[in-house]
Amino acid sequence: MSILIHRDATFIVQGITGREAVNLTRECLDYGSKIVGGVTPGRAGRDVYGVPVHDCVRDITAKTHVDGSVVTVPPRFTRDAVFEAIEAGVKLLVIVTERIPRGEVAQMVELARLRGARIIGPNCLGILSPEEAKMGGLGGPAVNVRRAFRKGPIGVMSRSGGMTTEICNTLSAAGLGQSTAVSIGGDAIIGSSYAELMPLFEADPETKAIVIYSEPGGRMEAELADWVRENRSRLPIVAFMAGRFMDEMPGMRFGHAGTIVEGKADTTADKIERMKAAGISVAERIEDIPALVKERL
Amino acid sequence: MNAMFIDVQVDAAVAADTALAKKLTEVCPVNIFAQEKDGRLRVVEENLDECVLCELCIQAAPAGSVRVIKLYEQ
Amino acid sequence: MRFYEYEAKALFARHGAPLLRGRLAHTAAEAKTIAAEIGGAVVLKSQVLTGGRMKAGGVKFADTPEQAETAATAILELEINGQKPRGVLVEQRAGVAQEYFAAVTWDGRRKLPVLVFSDMGGIDIEEVAETHPEHVAQVHLSTLVPFSPFKAKEAVAAVGVTGDDLTRLTPIVASLVEVFLRYDLTLAEINPLGKTTDGRFLVLDGHVDLEAEARDKHAKLLTELGIGKEETRQARPPTRFEIRGAEVDASDHRGVAGNVVEFDGDLGLVIGAGGGSLTLFDAIRKHGGRPANYCEIGGNPSVKKACELTKLILSKPGVKKIAVMMNVVSNTRVDIVARGVIKGCVESGRDPADTIAIFRIPGAWEDDGFKILGKYRVEYCDRTVSMFEAARRAVAKMQAA
Ligand code: SF4
Repeated sequence: MSILIHRDATFIVQGITGREAVNLTRECLDYGSKIVGGVTPGRAGRDVYGVPVHDCVRDITAKTHVDGSVVTVPPRFTRDAVFEAIEAGVKLLVIVTERIPRGEVAQMVELARLRGARIIGPNCLGILSPEEAKMGGLGGPAVNVRRAFRKGPIGVMSRSGGMTTEICNTLSAAGLGQSTAVSIGGDAIIGSSYAELMPLFEADPETKAIVIYSEPGGRMEAELADWVRENRSRLPIVAFMAGRFMDEMPGMRFGHAGTIVEGKADTTADKIERMKAAGISVAERIEDIPALVKERL
Repeated sequence: MNAMFIDVQVDAAVAADTALAKKLTEVCPVNIFAQEKDGRLRVVEENLDECVLCELCIQAAPAGSVRVIKLYEQ
Repeated sequence: MRFYEYEAKALFARHGAPLLRGRLAHTAAEAKTIAAEIGGAVVLKSQVLTGGRMKAGGVKFADTPEQAETAATAILELEINGQKPRGVLVEQRAGVAQEYFAAVTWDGRRKLPVLVFSDMGGIDIEEVAETHPEHVAQVHLSTLVPFSPFKAKEAVAAVGVTGDDLTRLTPIVASLVEVFLRYDLTLAEINPLGKTTDGRFLVLDGHVDLEAEARDKHAKLLTELGIGKEETRQARPPTRFEIRGAEVDASDHRGVAGNVVEFDGDLGLVIGAGGGSLTLFDAIRKHGGRPANYCEIGGNPSVKKACELTKLILSKPGVKKIAVMMNVVSNTRVDIVARGVIKGCVESGRDPADTIAIFRIPGAWEDDGFKILGKYRVEYCDRTVSMFEAARRAVAKMQAA
C-alpha cells in the first residue's frame, strides 16, 4: 500500500493551463496517474494532453469522484483556488505554489481542518508512490522517476522537493524502495508536518521505516520528537539535517522561506539533540542513510 | 560571442518563405528565429545557445529543411 | 523584514497606540532641537536592527538639550553588532511604575496566530514563561473568524489584571492584534508596555517583523514609513557582490540563479536548489573547504543566467575555482547548466577544465550535459557519486592547486 495516494486515486489540476502545470500534467499522466480534469477560469472546453479544462471545480466534482487537487496557480489566487476545492468536497490538496503569505496559508489550513480535508505544501513538489501514482512534479518526467524511485518499505518526508529525489535515489541504489515519498513544503507554515503524517505511515502495513530531510527554522522536528515519544511509534526514523552552517548565522535567510535561525530552537544543533533524545537516528551524510535504516529494520 | 553549443541551419527556401518564417518565430520558445523587415527569416546568433532541443522548429518545417546541430557532438 | 523601533512605533500610533512625545534625529544637532522641543528629561535610543542595545551603550539619558546633543554624538558613532545606527530616537522620559509585555506572533505547530500577554514586561519572555508560567497568557486567534477585542481582554485578564488597568490595556492590545493581522506581520510586539506613575499606559519599545512575501502587498505602507525598496533588512546589509547577484537573478524570468551570499573563501559555488545548496555548503565546510559564496540555482535557469552567475562568481577577487553541484534534478536541466557554466568560464577568459573543480548534477538531460562537459574536459560525476563525495573532490583539487 501507500499513504495519501494509490493507483486508482483521481485528482484534478487547478491552474492546468499554466506552463509548469502543463509539464506536471504530462509527467503525472505518463506515470499512470488518473487526472480527471483541470481548472482554469474562462478556459472551459480546452484540453491539456487530453484532460478536459473546466471553469469551476464543481463542474468536475458534480460528475466524477475527485480524491484530490494539485493547486498550481499564482500566489495571489491560491487561497481562492484552495477554498474552492475544499468547499467542493475535495479532501486532499497539494499546493505547489510558493511565496504565499503565511496568514493566507493559515486560513487554508483552518478551513481544511473544519472540512476534514488535508493540505500538503505549500511550496512543495507533491506526493509519489512508486508504481502507484504521482501527484505533482516530484521526480520530474516518468523516465527520471523510474531511475530514482523504487517500490519498497521506506516512507520519506522532506522539507525540500529536490532533496526528496536525491534521498530516494540513494535509498533505491541501496536496495531500499519507498512506500510513499512526500515533499511536505519549505514554508514556515505548511499543511502537514512530519508528526501529522506519521499516523498515516504508522497505519500503512507496507511502511517499515521513515526517512526525513530537515533544515534549520521552525519547530517541526521538535514536534516529531514529541510525537515519537508520546506514541511509541513502531517505525524507526532516520533524519538528515542540512544547513548546519546556519547555526552561526542568526537572522540570515537561506534556502526555503521557513529556513531561518531566530532563536535557539531554530538551530540544527537543538533539533538534532531533541531528535536523538527521542530515538531518531541522525545521519551525517546522505549516503549514510541506507546503513542506518538497515541497522534498524 | 559566437554560439558554442548549438547551431541552427535553415535552407534558403525556408528562409525566403515569409509564412514559414513567421511560424518558426512563433514556435521557438527561446527566440532563436526572427523576421527581417522584409519578412525573411533570420537566425538570432546570440540566442542559439539557449536552444532547448524541443525540435518544434523541425516539426514546423518540411523534413530536413531546418537542422539543429549539437556542436558538442562534432 | 524587521522594522526599526521608530518605524514600529509609527505603525502602532497609526492604529491608536499611545506613544511618548519624540522623533528620530539623524544628527546630534537635530537631537538637541528635539530635546528642546520636548523640554525636560529625555531618553536617546540608537536605531539598529539588533538586540543588546542597552548593554552596548546605545541608550542614554539626558536632562538638558546640551546633554542630549552629547549623548546623540556618542550614540550615532557607536556600531552595535557591526551595525551603524540609522539614527537616534529622542523621546520624553516617563516615570514608569510597571512594565507589561504584549506580542502577537505565529504558532507554527497550531498554525494560528497567538497573542501573548504578561504583567512581567521588559525581560526575556521565554524565561518568564519558564519561571513564572502564571504570569504569561497565551490566546490563539482564528484566521477565519474575524478578530474581536474580547480576545485581548481575555489575555490581559488571564494574568490577573482587573479594574481600570484591564479596560485601559484591552484596546491597546486589541490594536496590536489588528495591526498584526492587517499587515501580514510575523511579529508585533510592545515590550515594555509601560504603566506610568500617573496611571497612563504607553508603548515604550516596539518590534515589528513583516513577512517578506507580503512586501508587495503592503508597498504603500512601506513607502509611507519611508522604507526603501532596496532595503533587504537581512541580518546585515547586502554587499556589492550580493546586489549584483540579485541583478543577475532579475535579468530574466527563466529559473532562479539567486540568493547569492558572499563569504570570504576561494572556492566559488554554483549550487542548488534550496535544500541541495544547504547540504552542499555544509559538505564543503566539513571537508575544510572555504566557500567564496552561497547561492541557489533552480527552476531551470536560462543558459545566460547560469553564465552571468558564473562570471560574477569568477570576478570575485581570490576565487580560484568553482564547484558546480546540485541534488538529482528533474526540472532544472543538466545540459543547460553545463552550457551556462562553461560559457561563463570562457567569457571570463578561463579554461573550463581548469576552473571547474567538479560538476555534479545528475538528472534531466544528463546524457547531453555529460557530452558537453566531456568535450571541454571538465571533471563530472553522475548520481553514483554522492553530493558529499563530490564536495570532497572539489576541496581536494583546491588544496592541490
Ligand atoms: S529546437 Fe526548439 S529551442 Fe531549439 S531552435 Fe528549434 S524550436 Fe528553438
